[in-house]
Amino acid sequence: MLLSENQSKELLCQYGVAIPDGRLAHSAEQAEKLSKEIDARKYVVKAQITAGGRGLAGGIRFAATPSAVATEARALLGSTLITDQTPASGETVHSVQVEAAVDIAKNFYIAISFDPVSGQPMLLASASGGVEFEQLARMDKDAVKVHLLDDAAGSRDALTEFLKGIGIEGPEALDAIENARTAFCENDLTLVEINPFVHTKDGKWLAVDAKIALDRNASFRRPEFDSMISKPGTPTSEDEAQKYNINLVQLTGNIGVVANGAGLGLATNDMITDAGGKPANFMDIRTTARSFDIARGVEMLLSDPQVRVILLNIHGGGMTAADTVAEGVTFAYSRAGRKLPVVAHLAGHNAEWGTNILRDRNVPVETFDAMSGAINRVVAIAKTGGAR
Amino acid sequence: MAIFVNSDTRVIVQGMTGRSGTFYTDQAARYAPCYVGGVRPGKGGTQHLDLPIFNSVTEAMSETGANASLVIVPAPYAGDAMIEAIEAGIGVVVCVTERVPQHDMSRVKKALQTSDTILIGPNSQGILTPGQCKIGVMPTRAAMPGPIGIASRSASLTSEIVAQFSKAGLGQSTTVGIGGDTLHGLNFVECLKRFRDDEDTDAVVLIGELGGRDEEDAAAYLASVDYGKPVVALIVGRYAPRGRQMGHAGTLSVLGGASANDKIASLRDAGATIAENADDVVAAVKRARTAT
Repeated sequence: MLLSENQSKELLCQYGVAIPDGRLAHSAEQAEKLSKEIDARKYVVKAQITAGGRGLAGGIRFAATPSAVATEARALLGSTLITDQTPASGETVHSVQVEAAVDIAKNFYIAISFDPVSGQPMLLASASGGVEFEQLARMDKDAVKVHLLDDAAGSRDALTEFLKGIGIEGPEALDAIENARTAFCENDLTLVEINPFVHTKDGKWLAVDAKIALDRNASFRRPEFDSMISKPGTPTSEDEAQKYNINLVQLTGNIGVVANGAGLGLATNDMITDAGGKPANFMDIRTTARSFDIARGVEMLLSDPQVRVILLNIHGGGMTAADTVAEGVTFAYSRAGRKLPVVAHLAGHNAEWGTNILRDRNVPVETFDAMSGAINRVVAIAKTGGAR
Repeated sequence: MAIFVNSDTRVIVQGMTGRSGTFYTDQAARYAPCYVGGVRPGKGGTQHLDLPIFNSVTEAMSETGANASLVIVPAPYAGDAMIEAIEAGIGVVVCVTERVPQHDMSRVKKALQTSDTILIGPNSQGILTPGQCKIGVMPTRAAMPGPIGIASRSASLTSEIVAQFSKAGLGQSTTVGIGGDTLHGLNFVECLKRFRDDEDTDAVVLIGELGGRDEEDAAAYLASVDYGKPVVALIVGRYAPRGRQMGHAGTLSVLGGASANDKIASLRDAGATIAENADDVVAAVKRARTAT
């Protein structure tokens, strides 16, 4: 779960990482007023979205005066930014961060995350930070250097040596990085990214932009997480599905997909796309889901006007037997006015029973023994427009 | 032979007395009589599902000779349970618990550094040697003994593939789920090494997905040896949007990370046969076997 720039920098600041003087504003008027509190020769107005890539999408504007801050804030607030990291529909800007613009001597990139092999925290660093960093790192893998952060004796010396190789020197920079690491370890974070980590012309080290990811799985011991991840605007269907033990990701097609298991869901969407169809969603019914949870997930698909036909791809096992899923589907159909055609591949535990439940309760279902049979059929239905 | 577990494996269950623990232990013990006890601090000396309960893993091991543990405790306690089993020196730990915090897994991985214990998972469906031993939560009706070794990052997709193999008359030596999380124990490379040495395994199937780097490491390993057995890979999530978590936490690399297509390219270059989709795995194994 990603925090906004403003929240990320607030948290780092609490741990002693220096950040530019800045304020969060929700309106152009507020942005103008708050900018007058900031001691600056020039301002920067930054759209607060959680996805990266906003610099290249016009989400960062410069302003010389408080009235110019208001103009830029007005242009950004309420607009939708589409970057290569947002959903296709983009992300709406609900707030802007107004900051003192910084005289940059050099931009660096640093990040702390877990090394998947050793499972220990690692520091990534690059001498080329800034908005184009991600593209650069994708093309040139050697642009980023990696250093494992361990508690062994002499670790500060090793870190100093590593940073020197990047061009990051001096106790102030080292302290900032060690403080960021403490924040990482003490708050159940999975990512602290500071980009750019700026060496200013007057010799300071500042976290000019930052991105922090919380480990939602640690919510049970982090009661403060709830207040940090509450987003403005109405909750999305993806958030809603989470409450019912379903992992949902909205996509842009017209085939509603019901699958149990993440791997099976991904495999299903690959096959639909290869066959020329377009999934409306990715769905992973978790093993903890009961039939009422599944009913809620199916209801979401039935109430989505974009969805024209539903594919059930279920391999029953453990606590999610195929009949549990079938029960959920029939329950949703018994309540819904819009009864879309269903194409099903039910296999595994209680598959026959599940098929019988669907037929007995008059769900408009066609069943197939092989996945590819079901997928070809659902794509054919979707191509003729399916049901409205 | 099989890998990691067989009919000689003696299993204890950490968290056996809970709702999930009871359900899955009962199923697994009915499948194969490998289960010798359970661990639940404070309930030592009692019985559950006709098996003795112990207060600690160490006590359970010395009383029963257990050499494997199934961890099925809730996420807040799963990290400590894994560490207890690792520190007790048990041979194999299988953790099926979902949503274990990464910082807990970091401590678990630290404990593994000075241990010979094999950790499978977390967020794994477990390990199954058909007809001999099941440590996990997978369905078993469609599984049967045979020559195909399977290592996978997902659960129900693996069950589907297992069913397809059995329908085609090809049984399985061992199927192992390495789990869907970013930080996990056993990886694909270690599975490949074990399957290579296993005389019961004639061909190996890897079921991977976008995110992480297990597939890349597997490709690098395959390129570095003359593996000697056909390897088939199914990598899913080819059209998944970037920067989103697709169910498994491991699909989202907070720092970017390889796409399914990149992984497919590395594995193909390393000599693996690529299954076009989830309905092509059995056929791909047949293609790979005739080619070698």
